[in-house]
Amino acid sequence: MRDLVIIGGGPAGMSAAIAAYESGVRDILILERDEHLGGILQQCIHNGFGLHKFGEELTGPEYAWKYEKTIRQLGLEVKQNTMVLDLSEDKVITATNQDDGVFQLQARAVILAMGCRERSKGALNIAGSRPAGIYSAGTAQKLINMKGYLPGRNVVILGSGDIGLIMARRMTLEGAKVHAVCELMPYSGGLARNIEQCLHDFDIPLKLSHTVVEIHGKDRVEGVTVAQVDENRKPIWETREYIPCDTLLLSVGLIPENELSKTAGVDLCSATNGAVVDQDRQTSVAGVFACGNVLHVHDLVDFVSQEAEIAGHAAAEYLGGSQAGSLKIPIRTDGKIRYTVPQIITAKKDVTVYFRVSNVYQNVKITVSDADKVLLSKKKRKVAPGEMETVTITGEQLENATELTFTLEVM
Amino acid sequence: MYDVVIIGAGVVGGLTAYTLAKYDLKVCILEKENDVAMGSTKANSAIVHAGFDAAPGSLKAQLNVRGAKMMKSLCQALGVKYRQNGSLVVGFDEDDRKVITSLLERGKRNGVEQLQVIDKQQLQQLEPNLSDNALCALWAPTGAIVCPYELTIASIGNAMDHGAELKCNFAVNSITEAEDGYLVASETEQLRSRFVINCAGVYSDEIAKLAGDSSFDIHPRKGEYILLDKECGSLVSHTIFRVPSKMGKGILITPTVDGNLLLGPTSVDIPDKSNKNTSEAGFAEIIAKSRESLPSVPLGKAITSFCGLRSVGSTGDFIITSPKKGFVNAAGIESPGLSASPAIAEYIIDMLEKQGLVLTAKSDYIPTRPPMHTFREASLEEKNKIIRKNPAYGKIICRCEGITEGEILDAIHCNPQARDLDGIKRRTRAQMGRCQGGFCGPSIMELLARELGIPYESVTKSGGASVLTVGKTKGGQQV
Repeated sequence: MRDLVIIGGGPAGMSAAIAAYESGVRDILILERDEHLGGILQQCIHNGFGLHKFGEELTGPEYAWKYEKTIRQLGLEVKQNTMVLDLSEDKVITATNQDDGVFQLQARAVILAMGCRERSKGALNIAGSRPAGIYSAGTAQKLINMKGYLPGRNVVILGSGDIGLIMARRMTLEGAKVHAVCELMPYSGGLARNIEQCLHDFDIPLKLSHTVVEIHGKDRVEGVTVAQVDENRKPIWETREYIPCDTLLLSVGLIPENELSKTAGVDLCSATNGAVVDQDRQTSVAGVFACGNVLHVHDLVDFVSQEAEIAGHAAAEYLGGSQAGSLKIPIRTDGKIRYTVPQIITAKKDVTVYFRVSNVYQNVKITVSDADKVLLSKKKRKVAPGEMETVTITGEQLENATELTFTLEVM
Repeated sequence: MYDVVIIGAGVVGGLTAYTLAKYDLKVCILEKENDVAMGSTKANSAIVHAGFDAAPGSLKAQLNVRGAKMMKSLCQALGVKYRQNGSLVVGFDEDDRKVITSLLERGKRNGVEQLQVIDKQQLQQLEPNLSDNALCALWAPTGAIVCPYELTIASIGNAMDHGAELKCNFAVNSITEAEDGYLVASETEQLRSRFVINCAGVYSDEIAKLAGDSSFDIHPRKGEYILLDKECGSLVSHTIFRVPSKMGKGILITPTVDGNLLLGPTSVDIPDKSNKNTSEAGFAEIIAKSRESLPSVPLGKAITSFCGLRSVGSTGDFIITSPKKGFVNAAGIESPGLSASPAIAEYIIDMLEKQGLVLTAKSDYIPTRPPMHTFREASLEEKNKIIRKNPAYGKIICRCEGITEGEILDAIHCNPQARDLDGIKRRTRAQMGRCQGGFCGPSIMELLARELGIPYESVTKSGGASVLTVGKTKGGQQV
């Protein structure tokens, strides 16, 4: 029997572990499938991490090291190269590694911190052949930054998610030519600063409302056909254009890795593809918490750490005997606001709610109301799906609340 | 000097080699690609047809029914995944019902057992997710599903364990008669063999012509498929066919032995034997037709799409002939070719024996092969025993499918050895899950480079020019 088992030793898992320790938990075990702690940060050798959290621009490995150092100093137990195969509803974990073989352990509390994976090309059903040279952007990043090999020399990138933008710059710096970044939507899903620093600064064309309609090449990619899409995202035949290239990178979305959440019977949210959680990041299964990209995909690691601290402290409280109250205030959204985290509030205390919008809107008013009563509203010049927003609701405002609704109005 | 050379390492060539392995013979399998099972065998519906479809009296009918009966024990012996899930030909109107009645009659004449026509109510009990518009069905409980490339890998593996040779990247470009047999040559190598079997799939007409036989032609007929996530594998339990047309059996919906859901194939005649491109029109057809049968089919759960080529022969039947002594064609092996393949192998060997091939049983012959997925299906205790002996089995490489380093090393070292990323995929399922190799691809490339003793940048996706990286990075070069 272990008090707290954390599945995943990336930024979320590490931050949650430290927070739980600070709140008094001593029996903590981190299970990490990779050889090292740090998760995806290990391969993110560009800078820009930590601006919010530490007020400085760190690389991914530097950011991860700040946490790993603390974990080593505290002497928290970490099992690396350990893959969790199953998590049951009563918190029995089945895992495997080379030293222990396949083993089981019972946890009193579990924090899910498994991160996310990239959407693969199969999900896109692009017509044409299936040659070598098609990679998700993160795989290309791993090949270049971790293995030291260049995936190709002439590149087209489909999707303008942050990893795609980062890789456009990275491949350019490695001497490859990035011919275009195609984005299906009329706006980019990436951060504005990445569009500036990764595309504009290197004269890489961003083709909005464009997609790849066909892949050419027998053994290795020889080219792709791209086309503009109409307002229904259907390719416009006359706009087809052939771009010779040897590599197609895909940056078409991230999917939280909730296979274990499912085996544990955790309720999932269809908008986030992550667990439904309360303000403490506790899931529908008591004592199972979730944080980081397994809960919802974040833009900035700083927010992942912040969220994981909430989960770590809350897990400590749970282990100390405190139970979720009977209070249940659901949070609804109007569609223009795609989702919120948490999706439910179970305690009358100050809560910061993270949310994402479903489209680019200018000059908007975001309102949080309880039935007909407006609790608070906030004006923004511009909101975009690629940038997470927050509002903080006070315990006082929640005093008589029964159901919160988040709405967005274009003014 | 070989006794038998088999041209083409697909399922027919593979099972022929497997069947020959029990005799004291020197056998060599020639394959133009970098791995076995690279042609029609790799991309088809993976169905063992009951045998009601082929015209009574045809070779297709005879060998389908016999092959389907052999398939279960064959798969058991070779440790290949097989499931007798039964099939349903679903009718949507009165015309369909007529076709279904005639299929029932045809099936009975072909010797298919347990066939029956069922009504809407029975159909809904068997398959509650099917469209309300489905009126009736032909139910064939003996229909089954199998993994065709696994069958090929296992049969060639067994043959190699018994001494057969496999030469990949051997594209035959000449066949000449010689004393006591034939000279079979590629651009760089030449072999002598007493007997030659042509199992070259869509290229079997060209191979026959090299040997001076122009009696038939093969034209490729493209079939596109969409594969859905394992979450969808139980939406139907039977293989769901539409009533057949001249161009084939229509768009089917079937679970696979690995638990995914497979939709397809389209059916389009094409001139180019190397064209395996998927198309927007193909996707649209698969999607529309699948929805007719199974309205709830969740196309958002697609994990990949692919295209295969059928070898359509000019005679309408399988072309298993011997145009000259010592040379046998197994051509035009389109559907139900996979179902018939064990019987085709038998039939070929019977022909060889009649032409003087002496079949002397080997004393140390073992007809079985341990399954490739032994570790995956072992109990906790068994797994731990294996890991204690070899810790590589404790290290997960492919997290989506839970495939360990030990299993990948087996794929690289067991006959027939995997030499590229796709070869690992077909043997272990690593890279076949939700992320499609996004996480594990670079690590598997490392294992291939290390075990094969080749540079990382020489690792390919599927042989030839399909390199995965083009060189070291600027930083990498300094190391």
